[in-house]
Amino acid sequence: MNLRYVAIKVLRAIITLWMVVTFIFIVLRVSGDPIDTLLPDDSDAETIAYYMHEWGLDRPLHEQYGLYFVSVFKGDFGVSFIDDRKALEVVVERIPATLQLGFAAFVFGVCVGIPLGIVAALNRNSAIDRAMMTTAVLGYAIPNFFLGILLILVFTLWLQWLPSSGSATLWHMVMPVITLGTGGMGSLARFTRSAMLEVLNQAYMRTSRAKGVPRLKRIFRHALPNAAIPVVTCLGFKIGGLISGSLITESIFAWPGVGRLLVTSVGNRDLAVVQALVMLVAFTMVIANLLIDIAYGWIDPRIRVSSQKQED
Amino acid sequence: MADNIGSTQETGASLVRPGIFSKLTGELARMPVLVITCCVFLLATFFVFIFAHVLAPQHYAELDLLNRLKAPAFMGGSEQYLLGTDELGRDVLSRLLYAIRMSIFIALLGTSIGAVLGTFLGFVAAHFRGYAEEVIMMFVDAQASMPFMIIALAVLAFFGNSFALFIVIMGINGWENYARIARGMVLGANAQGYVVAVRSLGAQPRRIYYRHILPNIASAIIVQFTLNFPSTILLETSLSFLGLGIQPPLTSLGLLLGSGRSYLLFAWWISVFAGMAIFFTTLSVSILGDWLRDRLDPTLRR
Repeated sequence: MNLRYVAIKVLRAIITLWMVVTFIFIVLRVSGDPIDTLLPDDSDAETIAYYMHEWGLDRPLHEQYGLYFVSVFKGDFGVSFIDDRKALEVVVERIPATLQLGFAAFVFGVCVGIPLGIVAALNRNSAIDRAMMTTAVLGYAIPNFFLGILLILVFTLWLQWLPSSGSATLWHMVMPVITLGTGGMGSLARFTRSAMLEVLNQAYMRTSRAKGVPRLKRIFRHALPNAAIPVVTCLGFKIGGLISGSLITESIFAWPGVGRLLVTSVGNRDLAVVQALVMLVAFTMVIANLLIDIAYGWIDPRIRVSSQKQED
Repeated sequence: MADNIGSTQETGASLVRPGIFSKLTGELARMPVLVITCCVFLLATFFVFIFAHVLAPQHYAELDLLNRLKAPAFMGGSEQYLLGTDELGRDVLSRLLYAIRMSIFIALLGTSIGAVLGTFLGFVAAHFRGYAEEVIMMFVDAQASMPFMIIALAVLAFFGNSFALFIVIMGINGWENYARIARGMVLGANAQGYVVAVRSLGAQPRRIYYRHILPNIASAIIVQFTLNFPSTILLETSLSFLGLGIQPPLTSLGLLLGSGRSYLLFAWWISVFAGMAIFFTTLSVSILGDWLRDRLDPTLRR
């Protein structure tokens, strides 16, 4: 792989992270005294003095800025109002639940959305195509909170098939996964369809057909790998959607994950936890975008070559 | 195709604005039924936005504690409350109309702020190039790589919720798209004959940008507006749904949907009508936006 391409992407990732940390630093200083906002109100003088020194609040602003970076890298974000524990600790224990839900929703979106798009493209302008694309558009357009409410209404209150809150059994996952995954499913289906159509119209597809390549081989060997390129980038964007979606989904279904924690922390103005969560999200997004970029350069040989000539 | 040739001849700077409208009226006859339906729905929504206070049978905060959680009229409820009442006996229809007004108001204002801010910064980036451009585009990239809802929540947590701040947040949502488009199109336009011509005639940069380039890129900005509008509505309703956006006693579609959540078993109508209003509004704007994009700007593809 082209090292220069990777280096540029890594540099961009670092710049984005730096901007997020700076943004939070500025917002923290502008919105009030960090001691007031990051420590519980009833902290004793000793704790306050300890953190004053630990975070370097007794030093000039530019030194504080440097020290803030150090504390962020050490994972020191302050103490939660709610139970006096380290903010990072409170956040970390919620991560597995969110990953579980997010991963399941991602798999749901990919496993339903991509086949839907492929089948629709192969049957272009038929009734199948139209039915599938209507499903995709509706899935893409329905707000996740409304979908969640409708699911609860139908499957919990009317049919009484599924539990609506908590995460005790596998059944508890069904509605959250559908709520979280449907938006991504819809847009993936649309995107896959248009990517496939574009590839199917290429001259090489006609050539392979003229050569007598069997239909399935044409689809799987010639069309899909080429259509995969834009779809992979699209997958990267889905991760951001999953993160915002998990805020809503976890709140509706009382799922004990990071999203619900962020919503309750914002409601309580538990800023130490909010700060840790924003960093976590920024870090996740930057890493995800980086991986997508690298994967993109790996699948599409054209990018590796052209990145030397033009980097914008 | 034949009448497209006529309209593509209008490439002169001042001709493009009327061009959009004459194109639109020409297209009206060939609009798909779906797009017409969406337009009708949006017009109705806009009508509600303006005349909510006339249409609403009651004030949206008027209580009737003896008639709590009454079913809508079509389910055997009383004629007085067409869409039923909520947990405090407030008329759901009135609340819905006022909520539509509030949500549309915030979305319109927020999207407009984003459009003006983003377009302006895009122009600045394209005009000054160099460091200014680097910095602006760095912000564009940074914002595009973070889910905006997280940024919005962080700002709300740190500064506390106020109506003005909330509007500002809505405005910052999506500005990066306008900036990207405006910068790209200005860079393109600067190389085109008409800009070179007016510049050599001695026009000031401000005049060139405002009078010549802006009208030429307006259609792309309008398309972006229609694409951004639903996302602003969704951001507002999502935050209000979570109880972190519009605060009572004001009301918005998201707040209505969220507050009805606890009463789903006894009074689904509190939530469902508000949810449908959000769903159909965003769906209509998206469909209209997609159609406009294909019609006005075939080169602009995502």
